[in-house]
Amino acid sequence: MPQPTITLNIFRYRPEQDQEPGFQTYEVPYRTDWVVLDAINYIKDTLDGSLSYRWSCRMGICGSCGMMINGVPKLSCATFLKEYYPAPVRVEPLANFPVERDLVIVLDDFMQKLTSIKPWIIPKEAKPLSAGEYRQTPAELARYKQFSMCINCMLCYAACPVYGLEPRFLGPAAIALAQRYNLDSRDQGRSERQEVLATEEGIWDCTLVGECTTVCPAHVDPAGAIQQAKLATALDWVKGVLIPWGKR
Amino acid sequence: MSAYRRAMPSTWWLRNRAYFLFMVRELTSVPIAVYLILLLLMVRKLAAGQEAYEAYLRFLATPGMVAFHLLALAAALFHAVTWINITPKVLVVRVGENRVPPALVAGANYAAWIVVSILIAWIVVRS
Repeated sequence: MPQPTITLNIFRYRPEQDQEPGFQTYEVPYRTDWVVLDAINYIKDTLDGSLSYRWSCRMGICGSCGMMINGVPKLSCATFLKEYYPAPVRVEPLANFPVERDLVIVLDDFMQKLTSIKPWIIPKEAKPLSAGEYRQTPAELARYKQFSMCINCMLCYAACPVYGLEPRFLGPAAIALAQRYNLDSRDQGRSERQEVLATEEGIWDCTLVGECTTVCPAHVDPAGAIQQAKLATALDWVKGVLIPWGKR
Repeated sequence: MSAYRRAMPSTWWLRNRAYFLFMVRELTSVPIAVYLILLLLMVRKLAAGQEAYEAYLRFLATPGMVAFHLLALAAALFHAVTWINITPKVLVVRVGENRVPPALVAGANYAAWIVVSILIAWIVVRS
């Protein structure tokens, strides 16, 4: 019996030769234990070495191989061909980002947004090493743990129509990460992060479509993080009105 | 060499079910806004006297107006249900290391909604 095959329609853009991007069709062996990334690696190794894409760990940890698979943002290492077989699979670079080449997107905007929320612990006063570690109870850890599971794969940005329409929007992952540090008992940097977060292009641009949470492979629930940040910020405002002399 | 930017089509909200339902939810505000205008007009007619008020009531009883009110009711119910279903995302209640189950948070909201609705119905029916 001949080896069954599956068709992949892959987005191609080679800026040195293409004015406009297009699709290229590849026929690859179909195996039930292959994910889309395996098929793309097969193309790169045996059919067409010019295909460009990002990948690294192939086990859902590194967050490099996010692609639009049949129009849905997914990690290509965690999406099995058998979910689509025998129908063809359409593979495109993550939506809402400029395309550098083929399936490679430009992630400068995301990187800049990620650092803008200061994703590190900001203590009120740094302790000397001799004072020992910053301690935390399991209950304090539980408050932020879910939001700390982000792998920066950017699927949430590709799923967010607000980011697509308003590229200025800080976006789901950056806000979830800000919330992760704001909820950390060792951190007192919330007021610094609020300068970026509590703005029109921060949390208030979010209209709660909720697809960021749906596509998140790490179950971070960025939509929840953003709404919780909105609630906390609204409470800041109420406190400011009721107790104008109190510190924020 | 420059990066290629893909424009977002104006039909993006037809791309999947979640986007479409989001758009439907946003659009529920239109019939609800129209309903509120009709309600404010009713107050105005009431102030204008009994005759104007009764003429307005007859206008509201026309089939078109009844159909509109059913639409506005459906929109309000859809908006309310999706709103309450979202509350556990916003209100994270913790007891020690554990999170109060989301269903309980939403359930409390549904219970409050039913109680308030019964209260209002009682006030309206009694008068």
